Amino acid sequence: MTVAATPLRILIGKVGLDGHDRGVKLVARALRDAGVEIIYTGLHQSPEQIVTTAIQEDVQAIGLSIHSGAHNSLFPRVLGLLREQGAGDIVLFGGGIIPDEDVPRLKAAGVQMLFRPATPMHDIVEFVNGLRTER
Amino acid sequence: MTQGTTDRSFFTHNAAELAKQVQDGEVRAVARVISLLENRDPIGAAVLTHLSPSMNRAFVIGITGYPGTGKSTLIDQLIIAYRRLGQKVGVLAVDTSSPVTGGAVLGDRIRMQRHTDDPQVYIRSMATRGHQGGLAAATRQAIRVLEGAAYGVILIETVGVGQNELDVMHVVHTVVAVVAPGLGDDIQAMKAGLLEIADIVVVNKGDREGADATLRDLREWCKTVIRTVAVKGEGIAGLIAVIAEHERWRDLDSPELHKRRGLSIDLGTRAG
Ligand SMILES: Nc1nc2c(ncn2[C@@H]2O[C@H](COP(=O)(O)OP(=O)(O)OP(=O)(O)O)[C@@H](O)[C@H]2O)c(=O)[nH]1
Ligand SMILES: [Mg+2]
Repeated sequence: MTVAATPLRILIGKVGLDGHDRGVKLVARALRDAGVEIIYTGLHQSPEQIVTTAIQEDVQAIGLSIHSGAHNSLFPRVLGLLREQGAGDIVLFGGGIIPDEDVPRLKAAGVQMLFRPATPMHDIVEFVNGLRTER
Repeated sequence: MTQGTTDRSFFTHNAAELAKQVQDGEVRAVARVISLLENRDPIGAAVLTHLSPSMNRAFVIGITGYPGTGKSTLIDQLIIAYRRLGQKVGVLAVDTSSPVTGGAVLGDRIRMQRHTDDPQVYIRSMATRGHQGGLAAATRQAIRVLEGAAYGVILIETVGVGQNELDVMHVVHTVVAVVAPGLGDDIQAMKAGLLEIADIVVVNKGDREGADATLRDLREWCKTVIRTVAVKGEGIAGLIAVIAEHERWRDLDSPELHKRRGLSIDLGTRAG
C-alpha cells in the first residue's frame, strides 16, 4: 500500500474553556489545502472526548489548541488516556499560549511538537507532512 | 522523532482475527477496518468475507438533503431517540474532499459530539475522495462493518447534495430527505431527484418562517412529510415512528417493497 495514495487523517480540536476558534480553523484549512483529511471536533472538548473521537476516526495524529492556561494538565491527560486505550501510537501535537518553561516538560511527557501562536502555517504543514513517512 | 510513536502493535494483519474483533464490537478494529476499506487495502475486503451476512438486521437510514438543512443536527437527535430505545447506534457522516488537493475538513460530527461519551455510539467521518454520488466509495462496505459489529441502527449522512447525488438510495433501506423552509424554486427542482428517492421527507427548521407553506407544498407531492425542529428535538418521535413503519414493510415482504416510494403512513403526516 502506497502511503501517498492514502490521505493522512488528523483530529483538530480545542480542549478547555476558551472560546477562540479562529486559529484552529485556519490550521484546519491550511492542512486541508495540503491534502490532509481533518476531523474537526469544535470547541470545549474534554480530553476523554478527544481520545474517543481519535479512536473512532482512526486518526494518525491529534492537534490540540489550548489557550486557557490549562495545558500542563490537559496535554498529559490526553496522553494518559491514549495509552490507557492502547492508542499510544497516535501522535499528539499542540499549539497555544504556552510559556517557554513548560515546553520541555510537555515534550518529555510525549507531546511531539508545540507551536507558538505566531508560527508560520508553513511550519505546521511541514510537521504534519512529516508524519506521513512515519507510519 | 520520539520512540514508539509508530507502534501499531494492537493491530493485526490477519483478516479473520480482525473480523472477530469487529464482531466482538472492538471499536479500534471497527475503525481500522473502515480505514482499510477506504484505502482499498485488500485486507479490508478480506475482513468483509469473514463477517457473516446473516447479521443483516440493522435499520440502515440515509439522511440526505441540501447543504445546511440540518442533517447533522437531526442525526444528533435521532441518536438520542434510538439510544432511549436501547439500540447501539453507528453513524457514517460523509463530506466532500477537495477535488484540487484531496484534503477535507470533516465537521459533521461537531453537532454530535455529546454522544462521544456513550460507548454504544460510534461516529465516523468519511471523505468522498473523489467519489461522486453523495457518498464515499467505501460507505457501503463500512455499513457492513457496522452491521458486523452489531450496531442496530446505522445512520448515513450524505454530503450536502444537489440534484444528482442519489447513491444513498442504493445503500440504505430508508431514505430521509431533509429540506428547510423557503426553498422557493428549489422545490420544483427537487421534484426530479431528491424527492423522488425519498421515503420520508422532513421539513426541518420548522420554527422558521415559511415552514407551513413548505409543508403544504410538499404534502401535495409526497405522502410522508414530517415537520421537525432539530435544534429543539421537536418532531423526532414522529420521525422515528414513520421510519419504523417503513422498515417494517421491508421486513414483512420482498426486498422490492422497501423500494416503493411514497409509502402512506397517517401517523407521520400529522406528526410535529
Ligand atoms: N432555526 C433552526 N436552525 C436549525 C435547525 N436545525 C439545524 N439548525 C441549524 O442549521 C445549521 C446547519 O445545521 P447542520 O446540522 O450542520 O446542517 P447539515 O445539513 O448537516 O449541513 P451540511 O452537513 O454542511 O450540509 C446549524 O447552525 C444548526 O444549528 C432547526 O430546527 N431550526
Ligand atoms: Mg452535516
